[in-house]
This record gives sequence, C-alpha cells and structure tokens, in this order.
Amino acid sequence: MSEPLVTLTIDGIEVKVPAGTLIVDAAKRVGIDIPVFCYHPKMEPVGMCRMCLVEVGMPKVDRQTGEKVLDQSGQTVIEFRPKLETSCTTPVSEGMHVLVSSEVAQQGRQQIVEYILTSHPLDCPICDKGGECPLQNQTITAGPGKSRFLFEDKKHLDKHVPLGDLIFLDRERCIQCARCVRYQELVVDDPVLAFAERGRSLEIVTFSEPGFDSYFSGNTTDICPVGALTTADFRFGARPWEMNSAASVCNHCPVGCNTVLNTRREASTGGREVVKRVLPRQNEYVNEIWICDKGRFAHHYAASEERLKTPMIRKGKKLVKASWDQALDHAAAGLKDAASVFGLAGGRASNEDFFTLNRLVEGLDGQALLYDQMAGGDLVGQVGVGQGTNLSDLKAGDAILVMASDLHEEAPLWWLRVKNAAKRGVSLIVANSRDTRLDDFATYSLRYKLGQAVTTSLALLQAFSRKRDLTKYKAKSPVLEAIGLLKNATNLVVFYGRDGLRFEDTEALAEALASLLAASGHTGKANNGLIAVWSQANNQGAWDMGLKADPRALRKNLEMGGAAIVMAANPVGDEPDLRAGFEGLDFLVVQDLFLSETAALADVVFPAQTFIEREGSMTSGERRVQRYYPAVQAFGQSQPDWRILSQIAMRLGQKFEAASAASIFLMISEQIPAYKGINYQTLAEVEPQWPPVGGADLYYGGTTYENYQGLGVQLQPSSERGDPFEIRWHEPKKMPTRGKLWLIPVKNLYDRAVTSRSSPVLTDRLASLSLRINPDDAARLGIESGTTVSMSINGTSYEAPALIEEVVPKGQVIVDRSTGVAAVEPVSIDLEPTK
Amino acid sequence: MLAEKYNQEIDQILAKYPPEEKRAAVLPLLYLAQREYGFVSIEAIDEIAKLLELDPTQVGGLVGFYTLLHEHPGGTYKIQICTDLPCALRGAEEFAGQLCENLGIQFGETTEDGTIMVEEVKCLAGCDRAPMFQVQEPDGIHYYEDQNIESAMGVIQELRKRGKRG
Amino acid sequence: MAEYILLRNRDIPAIDKLDVYLEHGGFAAFKQVVTEKQPQEVIEIVKVSGLRGRGGAGFPAGVKWSFLTPNVFPRYVVANADESEPGTFKDREILERNPFQFLEGVAICSFAAQANTAYVYCRGEFWDLAQTLEQKIAELYERGFLGENIFGSNYKLDIFVHLGAGAYICGEETALLESLEGKLGQPRLRPPFPAAEGLFAKPTVVNNVETLTNLPPIITRGADWFASIGTERSTGPKIFCLSGRIVRPGNYELPLGTTFRELIFEHGGGIPDGKSIKGIMPAGASSAILPGTDEVLDTPMDYESVAKIGSQLGSASLIILDETINLGWLAYKTTSFFKHESCGKCTPCREGTYWMYHILSRVKEGQGSPEDVELLREVAQGMEGKCLCALGEFAIMPVLTSIERFQLDYEALTGKNGS
Ligand SMILES: Cc1cc2nc3c(=O)[nH]c(=O)nc-3n(C[C@H](O)[C@H](O)[C@H](O)COP(=O)(O)O)c2cc1C
Ligand code: SF4
Ligand code: FES
Repeated sequence: MSEPLVTLTIDGIEVKVPAGTLIVDAAKRVGIDIPVFCYHPKMEPVGMCRMCLVEVGMPKVDRQTGEKVLDQSGQTVIEFRPKLETSCTTPVSEGMHVLVSSEVAQQGRQQIVEYILTSHPLDCPICDKGGECPLQNQTITAGPGKSRFLFEDKKHLDKHVPLGDLIFLDRERCIQCARCVRYQELVVDDPVLAFAERGRSLEIVTFSEPGFDSYFSGNTTDICPVGALTTADFRFGARPWEMNSAASVCNHCPVGCNTVLNTRREASTGGREVVKRVLPRQNEYVNEIWICDKGRFAHHYAASEERLKTPMIRKGKKLVKASWDQALDHAAAGLKDAASVFGLAGGRASNEDFFTLNRLVEGLDGQALLYDQMAGGDLVGQVGVGQGTNLSDLKAGDAILVMASDLHEEAPLWWLRVKNAAKRGVSLIVANSRDTRLDDFATYSLRYKLGQAVTTSLALLQAFSRKRDLTKYKAKSPVLEAIGLLKNATNLVVFYGRDGLRFEDTEALAEALASLLAASGHTGKANNGLIAVWSQANNQGAWDMGLKADPRALRKNLEMGGAAIVMAANPVGDEPDLRAGFEGLDFLVVQDLFLSETAALADVVFPAQTFIEREGSMTSGERRVQRYYPAVQAFGQSQPDWRILSQIAMRLGQKFEAASAASIFLMISEQIPAYKGINYQTLAEVEPQWPPVGGADLYYGGTTYENYQGLGVQLQPSSERGDPFEIRWHEPKKMPTRGKLWLIPVKNLYDRAVTSRSSPVLTDRLASLSLRINPDDAARLGIESGTTVSMSINGTSYEAPALIEEVVPKGQVIVDRSTGVAAVEPVSIDLEPTK
Repeated sequence: MLAEKYNQEIDQILAKYPPEEKRAAVLPLLYLAQREYGFVSIEAIDEIAKLLELDPTQVGGLVGFYTLLHEHPGGTYKIQICTDLPCALRGAEEFAGQLCENLGIQFGETTEDGTIMVEEVKCLAGCDRAPMFQVQEPDGIHYYEDQNIESAMGVIQELRKRGKRG
Repeated sequence: MAEYILLRNRDIPAIDKLDVYLEHGGFAAFKQVVTEKQPQEVIEIVKVSGLRGRGGAGFPAGVKWSFLTPNVFPRYVVANADESEPGTFKDREILERNPFQFLEGVAICSFAAQANTAYVYCRGEFWDLAQTLEQKIAELYERGFLGENIFGSNYKLDIFVHLGAGAYICGEETALLESLEGKLGQPRLRPPFPAAEGLFAKPTVVNNVETLTNLPPIITRGADWFASIGTERSTGPKIFCLSGRIVRPGNYELPLGTTFRELIFEHGGGIPDGKSIKGIMPAGASSAILPGTDEVLDTPMDYESVAKIGSQLGSASLIILDETINLGWLAYKTTSFFKHESCGKCTPCREGTYWMYHILSRVKEGQGSPEDVELLREVAQGMEGKCLCALGEFAIMPVLTSIERFQLDYEALTGKNGS
C-alpha cells in the first residue's frame, strides 16, 4: 500500500493502518470487533446509531514546547477525550490510544443496546433473522442483560408492510440505522427508500411505483442488521440454522455473481431438498457482496413441477416416457445413422457440457454451435481483460467505454460497478443509439444513429491507428469528444453488446473495438481489455470451448437435414421461422429442463439438471472461471448435460472417460491453452478479502456469505500470453430498410424466459408486450398511448399496445425480447393503429 | 396539474436555487400543492417528483417529518394552539381545553362542518403573548395572540363564515 | 439602555419602511464595506468586536467566517431564522419590526464571506413574516442594494427567503442545511463543518438573525465601540426574552452581563401575584434550571458567568418559574417537547426522549415511584455525551437539573407511592 501508515494502539495492541482509516476498520484488521449497526464498510459513515462508542485518547502535548508530556516512568501521558467517540466516524491518527473494552466504553455501548431494545419487539422466536441477527448477537455480547423499560410503554407498529412485492418491512423491528436508505441512495442510485416521520416514529417508506422499485432491493435484507427487511419468498420460510448451504455461481447473466444457495428438506415437496433462498457470496473481483434481484429471486424454475423428469422417445406423433438406457440407445442409433450431425447449445450450460458436446459432435464430423446472436467470444479470448482485473480498482484517470449495451437490464452488477466507477471519477463513455440508465452517470454520452455503431467504432479506432484505409472514418463531433477522453485514459475497459445490432454488426463491432484496444495499448494487462455483454451466463465459456455463435452456419446445418443435438437452447421458440428447418431434420436430440417448443419436435428428449443440482464451471464475461457446487438432489431422473452427452459418446464407441465434471475439466485444461494449469482445486482457492464478512461479525458486513469455496481464476487473454492482437476491421454493412420504422428487440432483466417466469414473487414485474415509440412517430402515425397497433414480421402479424415514450429515439420501436414478438435482431417494420 | 396551473410561480420558485440543486425547491412546491389541494396527496407527490426529477419517495418522505405538511385533508382551518411550557405557564392549557369544549371536539378532531380543526402544538415564538394560536389554512398561516375564549371564538366564527363562502 | 441598537423599532417605530431606515443611516454600513473594504478587513473588524453568535452556542462570528475553505466558490450565507426554542421570540421582533437592519447584516456578512447568494431560512410558522420579508427584499432590489453591481462595484448579491415547514431541529445548523436542500431535516455528522462543506456541499456561513443584525452598527460605529458594551468576553447588546411567570413578559435589549435580578425585577416587573421566584430557565426549554437564589439573581448574564453557576446562557430566553410550579411537571413538559422534536436519527435521543417521556408521564400524575425517578436519572445520564447533535443533550438538561436541584418536587409527586 502506498498511502502513509499511521500507528495507533487499540486495547493495548499496536496497529499500523493507512492514514484515513476509521478506528472501527483499524480494529477489525487486528481482530477486535467493535459492534456497529449503522456503519457498513461499503458505505460512508453516518454515526447515527452510536453503537460503536469507544474511548479515544491522544498523547498529551506541552503547549509551549510542542513535546509529548511524559510521566514519572517515562511513558507518554495519554489524554482521553471527555466523551466517548463513535469509532465509525473517527479516523485514526498517529499515537492515538483507543479503548474498546474499557469499562466506560462497554457501559456506554450497553446503554445504547438498552435504548435500542426499548422499542424492539423481541419477537426473535418468529423472526427470520433469528440466529443470524446482529442485534441478537450484540444484545448477548454487549447488552445489559435486562431491560428496565416498561413493556406497556412499547410502541406497537405494523409488522407486515409490503414495500412492493419482493421485500417486506416489519416496522417494529427496524432500528432506524438507515443502512437500507443509504444503500439505495448511494450504492445503487435508486433512492426509492426514505425515512418518513421523525423521532420514535421514524419509519421506512417507499413511494415508487411499483414499491421499492430497484433491481438490487434484496441486498437490503442482507445488510439490515435486524429482521426488519425480509424477502417475500423467504420470510417465515425457514430458520437459518435448519438450512444447508452450497456455494454457487449465478446462472442468469455473464457477470457470474458468487452466491450461496440455502436449502432445506420440505414436507411440501415430499421431503425433497429445495432452495429456500439465494444469498450473495463475497467476491470483491466480481460482485463484491451484492447480487441483483433476478439472481436472488429467479431460482424457482428449478423446482417447477413442469420440469422434465424422465427421458422421452418419440412414438409417432407423441413423446413417451422411456428409460435412460432406451433413450440413450435410441439417441446413439439415430445419430449414428444420420448423414450429418451438428450440435447447438445455449449459453446457460457449463464449460464441461460445452466441451463434451464439442468432442462428441466433432467425433461425428459435425460442428457444434453456440445458439446466440452476438459474435466476438474469440476476440475476447485474445484481448479480454487481463488477469487481476477488478472494476473497483479503476479510478480517476481511467476510462470505461460501454457500447451498444444496456447494462442495467443485461448485467445489473456490471451496471452497478461501472456506475460507481464513474462516481469515483473514472471517465465513462456510454455509446448507443438510444438512451439507457447508464447515461445518467456517463461522463460523455455518445449517441449514434441506429445502424452507425460500427462506423462509430471505426471512427474511434482511426484516432489511434495510422492505417490509411481508416482515414475515411475520420471522427467528427460527437465522436471527437469521446476520443479525447479515451486518449487520456491510463486504463481502458470496453464493454460491448448487441443493442440495436444484427449479428454481422456485432462481428464488425467486436473486431473494431478489439482493434481499438490494441491500437491504444490497452490489451494484455489487468484492468484493460474487452468484455462482451453476453445474453447468457456462460457464452464466453462456450466460445472458449470452441463453440461459435453463427446464425448463418446454423441455417446451413439445418438445410443439410441430418441430425442435431440441442442442449439448453430453444431456437424454435425464439425464432419461429426456424421451425421448418428443425422439423426437416432426420433426427433430433434435445436435452433441456422443460419441454420447450424445440424439445417438442425431438426424437429423443433428455431431462437435464439445472446448475442447482450439479457441479460445474462457468467462465464469466470478465473471463473468470468459477466453480459451482450441487445444492439439492437431482430433480426426477435428470442428469447433468455432460453426463448425458458422454453416455451417448460411449454408445457411439467414442473413447470418453468422463467420470465427473472435475475430470472433464482436467481435459479442458490439457487441451485448451487458456485453461492450462487450472483445475477444480485452483478454482477453489481463496485469499483474504476486505471487508471481512460472514463469521461471527454479521453486523459488520451483513449476512453475505464469506467466500471459502473459491474466487475462481481469471484467465489470461492470449494478448497477455505473448500473442499480440493484429489490428483489423470490416467495413460496416448497411441495414436494408423495408418499412419506415425499426423494431429493436431489447433485453429486460425480468424477461419471460423459462428461468425467470416461474418465480411467483417476480410475476408482477415481468416484462409485458408493448411497443414503445417516440411521440413524433406516434403523432405522425396517429397512434395514441395505450392503444393497440399492428405490424407484420416475416409474414406473421402482431398486435400489441403502443406506449409513447420520450426516451425512444425517432424511427425506433422498442420491444422487450421474450414478450411474444419473434424478433432476435432489429427488423424493419411498418406500424399502424388498429381500427 | 400544478405544472400547468402554476407554471410561472414554479419558475419563480426554481429560480431561487442553483439549477443543479432543484431538489431544494421541494418544500416550496409542497406548500404549493397544499394550497391547491388542501393537503399533500399522492398525486401531488408524483407531480412534484416529476418537476424536480426526483423519485416520489424523496418527496413523499418529507411530509410526515414536517408538522405543517399534511397527508390528510383535516379541517380547512387548523387552529394550532401553543401549549408548550412558556405558554402553559400563562394558562394556555386551560385555554386550549376550554376552546375544545366550546367547539365540542377534542385535539386533532375537526368540527362536523369540516371547517375547524383544533391541534395542540409546540412553541410558536409568541410566548410573551400567551394564550396564542396560529391558524393554518391552505393558503397561509396567521398568528392570533393575547387571546381569551371570547376573542378566539370570534376568530373562529369569522373563519367559519369564510369557509362557507369559499 | 439609552438607545436601542437592535430593537431600533422601539425608538423609531416606522423603521420597517425603507425610506425611514435610510434616513436613519440605513445601508451606510453595507455601502462602506462594498466600496471601501476588502472582505478580509470586514472579518477582522467583526473578530475585534468580539461579536458572539446569538443563536445559542455563542461562537465568535468573525472566527467562524475565517474558517471558510479558501478559494472554493460559490459560497453561501444562511441566516438562521428558525427561532423555535421554547421561550425565544427575539428574532421574530427583529424580522417584523426592524427587517432592514437584519437584511443589511445579511448583506455585510455575505460580502465578508464572498458569497453571492444568501438564504433566510424562516421557520414555517413565520409564513406572514416571510411574505413581508420578501417584499422588503424586492424593495432592496429596486433601489439597487441587491442584485448586480451593488454601489457601482462588481459585487453581486441575491437574498432569498426559504420557508421551513415545522421542525425545531431545523434550527440546528446542519439540519437546517439538509432541510434547505430539500431533505429531511436531520443533522449531519461534523466535521465537515458548514464553513468547509455547507449548503450544496459548498463553504457556508450560518448565523442567527440577531447575530447578523449586530453587523451594521459594528461597521458604522466600530469594533471598539461594540466591544465596550457588555463584558470583556461577552461583548455587545443582547435581546433577552422574558416569559413564564413574570409581570411584563417580552423582549429586553440590554448589555450582556446585566444581572438576572435587574432583568427580572427591574425590567420585567418581578413575579406576579406576590409569588416568589423558584427557578429560572435561562436558555429556554434547553436549560439547566437555576434555582431563584440570591447568588443566581446577582449573577451577570454573560456566557462565562452563567456557565460558572451551572447553566448556559444559550439564546437568553428566560422562562421564569414561581413557587407554585412543580419541576417534575416542568420536566414532563420539556421532555414532551424534545420527544416531539427529536429527529430520530440517533439512538440515544430517539429512544431516550421517548423513554423519559413515558416515565415522566407517570411521575407527573403521581403514579411514579422514587425508583422511577432514579431510573429517569439513569436514562438521562445514559444519553449524556452520546448524541449526534445537541438536541439530545438539551433534552436531558431540565430533567437532570430538576432532579438534582429540586428533589423535593419529585418527592412530592412520588410521595404517595414512595416506599
Ligand atoms: C437543536 C438545536 C436547535 C437550534 N435552534 C436554533 C434556532 O432556532 N435559531 C438559531 O439561530 N440557532 C439555533 N441553533 C444553533 C445553530 O445550530 C447554530 O449554532 C447557529 O445558527 C449559529 O449561528 P450563531 O453563531 O449566529 O449563533 C440550534 C441548535 C440546536 C442544536
Ligand atoms: S440528538 Fe436527537 S435531534 Fe440530534 S441527531 Fe440525535 S435524534 Fe436527531
Ligand atoms: S454510530 Fe458508529 S456504527 Fe452506528
């Protein structure tokens, strides 16, 4: 650490900490727990609860001489301040003496606990927090043991206040520490919680619509130091000590938040173990101590009764139940007979699944593809962020470019960390054809016209490259301003997505941005490089395992007829115009969780396991390989995808000794250079993290879990392994216009994918079908907000309500993906009011 | 809608504060809403939030903290009698009690015609002229000092007349 | 006092008219500082005058201004017209009857602080008063005393009135700033002090109305003249608010250092109905209560002397108690005030005032026991030195001093139940 160190004494122990450290944190570093309620190490101190009182003394200094005064024995005389001080607001200083366990300090804190308890209902036996409650713990360790407050004087307040449909508030339990209010305001910038009233009546309220409208609301239940805030789906559901816990990694987006799954056997499920709640697990590189509400609440699909329980085989028009042997034999036979075979996988699967699929299909001379509409995973492998990258390390002087992505919807934790980086002074350039929530925090919003993303990225690139062919992309305003910011950047991280882009645009964009990083010297080192905002959690892993996204190749493969294995993907559901192609196949194997539209066409269907039931590894957008562990038993007869595949492989005579996910991972590390030297043990390694969480000091960081199951390993991109990236680019391709408007499908965090729609608490927040349109376009077309409009895409006509919104750019019609309009990329349309 | 009806007044209010500190205008706008609607309704909170680019929570949370802002309509005229220590030492508690008796209501209640509400409040900086009260009406607050029951009932009668006309 | 310095309306009733104020030397001081002085010089003059804040804490005004973070602009001046301490009504008289002298004081302070914007934060109940004040300010713009290029200089000043909405805590300067920013009026952690990060996180001076009203005469007549009034360390005139059991309640402008006896008996006319004086609350409801002994009565009312006899001068709002008052009842009244006004931000004040209120509710009805009084004392002592702002510390003053100094009153109340 470069900051100057300060030496002080805490309860007689000498401590050296950087100047500016708060006493409470300094004490923590030497293992002295000073109780806190309002202080939270991730937030600025406010000194409200007064729990952290300590005695503070300084060496006595002679006013005349400026020398320290010594006593007879030659010791410096310490002058203690007359009042106790809040250690959460007092920074350390040289020579300071802090007494945490002196009688005066202890008594002071005891009094605070007694005050807090005067208005607390003490309903611990029925409280969700009971057993992991900071107040409970501190009452026992720092409290007076007995209250002198008359019970009948206690103020009785509402105990079941829904702050929206996700979080409940118990007003009696609230101790007014404002952690939740401050968290919403300062950490996530959704100021949807506030105090109302005053004094003893001070209470938490929300006036947002819907209530407590924030993608990060669940985290408040972790940092609430009492049981005042609880989640709708866990409250009164289980006691903390009855539950088992398994380390996991969130499967919903490419951030890869570390989580813990708390499980319990339930009578309602016939004694089967089910997930009761999802909590964040600390990983300061990835999600710090937070997760988004989707990660927390959208796990119920795994326990859905609609899941596939057994293998099925087609008998005429029907799929009928079959034994595993029957189904595997049937699948192997079908694949063996096929003239050609290809594989198609969704980004939800694990590295082991992708690897096995690829081997199996290659063994049959076929091609395995990733089902996705975005390219560039290979480029990320070359110029992805360097090893040791941590978005929290970026500071003033560094820059982040986010292009064609709505991080708030697509990867909430990245949005949070990028936004907070901007608040710390990092230059943030947000480039898109429309306004997104990240623009509120942008140093510079670079707005380009729809279809101009690639041109814009080339204009950025030309500023750093002397290649003559690029001169035609010479930048004008507003790109010039962005270039200015990029030129001054010490470190540069670039995110790209596919907002408003077709597949071929994403190829060109990723290439141009990779070149930009290379040309500007921002590759091959920590805190620099390219991050793809994938539509699913493990697309990067798929690319690394050799599966490319390539819609053209998919169509070509379909044209060949032959056989296909589809894993964790539902192309027919997402793109109805692929139906004919899949129907035309000679043989189709599908392994999935549900009987999807694609599975319904299959000859053999295998029930796959969710990440909750099995182990595996995933590679995040930042190319951090992370391991997850099984939390519950297999659902029905389901099996992990890799196991299904390897059993087919063996029946096909392929040599495949895959006994476990770990052994497949060993093959991966042997065969894939970037994964060299990594195994399940290295993925499970941890290092000390700040702030310390979990353990006995729940009140400090919250109920977030301490990470002792692994921080994962961030891969080195090839540019860091001595293979520099050659600048290259493609000419932008014009978007062919047919209609007057462009329909832009975009991501809504709460989409209607199978993985979110079975969570009852999220139902009311799920995206619904509407076409969002600019007021000018609406006026021109005679469309009124809320009325039904119609359009046609590839011969299918749709009717949907129109919503007029100022933020929608002229010429665009925004629709949330998964809400019923089959469009995976921008389509030219005409819109008319329905009579 | 406040934004349309009080367009000019709102601009004047906003002009008092730096453009990037619009939030400072929230109390003046809450008073404006109270003038228009008689109390601060949820709709008013949303309107103000929109005007100041805040979340409604940042507006709504204030109402309960400040005693002069009201979440509910209550009586048109709120007779707010100071019974705090200095006034109490000069007979304010007896005065307040008698006034309630005369009106046939308790503190916090409103007369049947909806015009008069009586509340006990803390020091109003009129301690030397106790008994005293203020009348909060939608469009302002006025002091009445050196009062006795007769003068106070006179004031109330006047208010009632105005209330009926208005 | 021969001549009023602050309550000049008592000498010149129409001084609330701008023309009359100008006839009597109004705005000469402001003109002098703007055209002849550097801001630093003004700060020096105020330092030398010894002017101490009249809002309660008695902090030297000039010293406070010199703490403004150098070279950070814009800066703000905020006049604290929240006047909500029970028993205090002096700022109101100034604002109602001598508004221009106050506004001139705001202007001088703004010039010294190099601020181009000043806000007058009025308690919400001063609605009528705020309206008048806005008119007065409008007149100043018309005459060119406010706005751009004041007195032909390049100094520019705007003054705005901002109305609070009913909350005693908004008199505490950092809560006031939060409230002015449109937030809940809850005190901020200090440091940073307003002089470093105040309104909108910019360097800010917050001064009481009366403090600011002293500035024009200090400029025109000089720091030495001002320092010659009052005592050595408590200089200048002070408005004393007299209320409670007193023959002539009201405001009295007298030099700091006037004795309690002179104020209460000469000016205030003594205790009504031939009753004797039992106690004095020198700083409104926030007072450590003083017994009405000769020793107390002969004490000069300056910051040091009152502190020496175990109380504070504070805002000099004297609530006079006669022999008929039971101090247990009084503690109930003040506690119910502080319970109502506690902002709720910090634990000891939020919970402590609530707890004390419940104990005192029983005690004043004669339902309490001596143990209750003992508990009350412990609850109050437990709050001591632990609150985030002074409100919590104020709340325990009357409770602790009434128990310590007027024990018999509690015995009378708990006697029935006493064991
Ligand atoms: C609870 C509380 C209430 C206060 N109320 C007032 C008030 O109504 N008026 C005032 O001028 N100062 C009040 N103060 C003092 C202010 O915090 C601040 O010290 C003062 O405005 C500074 O101005 P001065 O230095 O001119 O006195 C209060 C302080 C506290 C702790
Ligand atoms: S002492 Fe009282 S008023 Fe001051 S911060 Fe604490 S709760 Fe609020
Ligand atoms: S005051 Fe320090 S933890 Fe709350």
